[in-house]
Amino acid sequence: MRRRAILGYGAAGVGAVALMLFVGWWQVDGPGGPESVRQRPVALTEMDFRLTDHEGNAVGPETLIGRPTMAFFGFTYCPDVCPTTLSDISGWLDDLGDEADEMNVVFITVDPERDTVETMAEYVGYFHPAIRGWTGPEEQIARVADGFRATYERVPTGSGDYTMNHTASVFLFAASGRFVTMIDYHEPREFAVPKIHRALEEEMEGAT
Amino acid sequence: MKKYILTGTLAALLTLGGLSVPALAGPEDVVVENAWSRASIGMNRPGAAYMTIRNTGDEPVTLIGLTTPLAMMPEIHETKTNAEGVSSMSPAGEIAIAPGESVALEPGGLHAMLMRLQEPMTEGDTFPLTLLFDDGGEVTVEVPILGIAARGPED
Repeated sequence: MRRRAILGYGAAGVGAVALMLFVGWWQVDGPGGPESVRQRPVALTEMDFRLTDHEGNAVGPETLIGRPTMAFFGFTYCPDVCPTTLSDISGWLDDLGDEADEMNVVFITVDPERDTVETMAEYVGYFHPAIRGWTGPEEQIARVADGFRATYERVPTGSGDYTMNHTASVFLFAASGRFVTMIDYHEPREFAVPKIHRALEEEMEGAT
Repeated sequence: MKKYILTGTLAALLTLGGLSVPALAGPEDVVVENAWSRASIGMNRPGAAYMTIRNTGDEPVTLIGLTTPLAMMPEIHETKTNAEGVSSMSPAGEIAIAPGESVALEPGGLHAMLMRLQEPMTEGDTFPLTLLFDDGGEVTVEVPILGIAARGPED
């Protein structure tokens, strides 16, 4: 009888905990939560991936430590957003002048099937010379995107062709690898260059 | 439907007679400005063209499609970027333009997506692009091909 009571209390307790968990989920991640809280990327020092740059060099997050970094995702078969982003970045780099030489600028493909090292080399050659193109095996690309809290998805366009939906923001990291901020697609250019300066200045603060 | 055909016939007759036909989306009513496109790398990748389409007439016009000798599958597409910063692209369907209004095809929004290129898009060249309207009207523009890193019609 007593045992039964304990079991009863236990069941009630489990039920209460489950209810609390459910309420918590509802308010944070569930339908009752704030709309799509966007996650910040982790620091570059916490990422782990192996890619190849457009010149065939092995690269990883450690390649970027020591200089501020501007990184973004795209693919070379992208007719609209990617050339626009690359052109915008080329413009920002022109505005920065000599300061641009102090930065890493990395274009990471989300379409490694079509974007080989050679393809990336040809493509980045049309934009600002500071821009590096990184590609690698699909599972490594997935790890990069996970670290950046970025997403991408292959979408068929008919007749065997496909396009890629992907995060189009430009990510800025300090020389230490810490995430500073991002420049969203469509953000006016006059906001972009000051944000890049912020990433550059963080590096100076860290150095003194 | 009957009325539409009748109007169409009337319009055709008036056109033959050399009179202006405001209801028909002809070159008189639709003005295309600032058309431009980017050079392509080879022929495997889709191209994109941009422009402003103005309806100067008194009747709404509806853009229903495109044709060009440059690409086998030209379509109006729209890029959308959501709150998470994720961009996606899909066919935009028909585009209605009210009298006096204009529609901008510009980077990151609506664009003429040129799929299955028949030849590479070379900087400095131009190509004809025909806009098809629901009343049978057509407007052809010559689109300049700018550099691959061009940002706008002035680049």
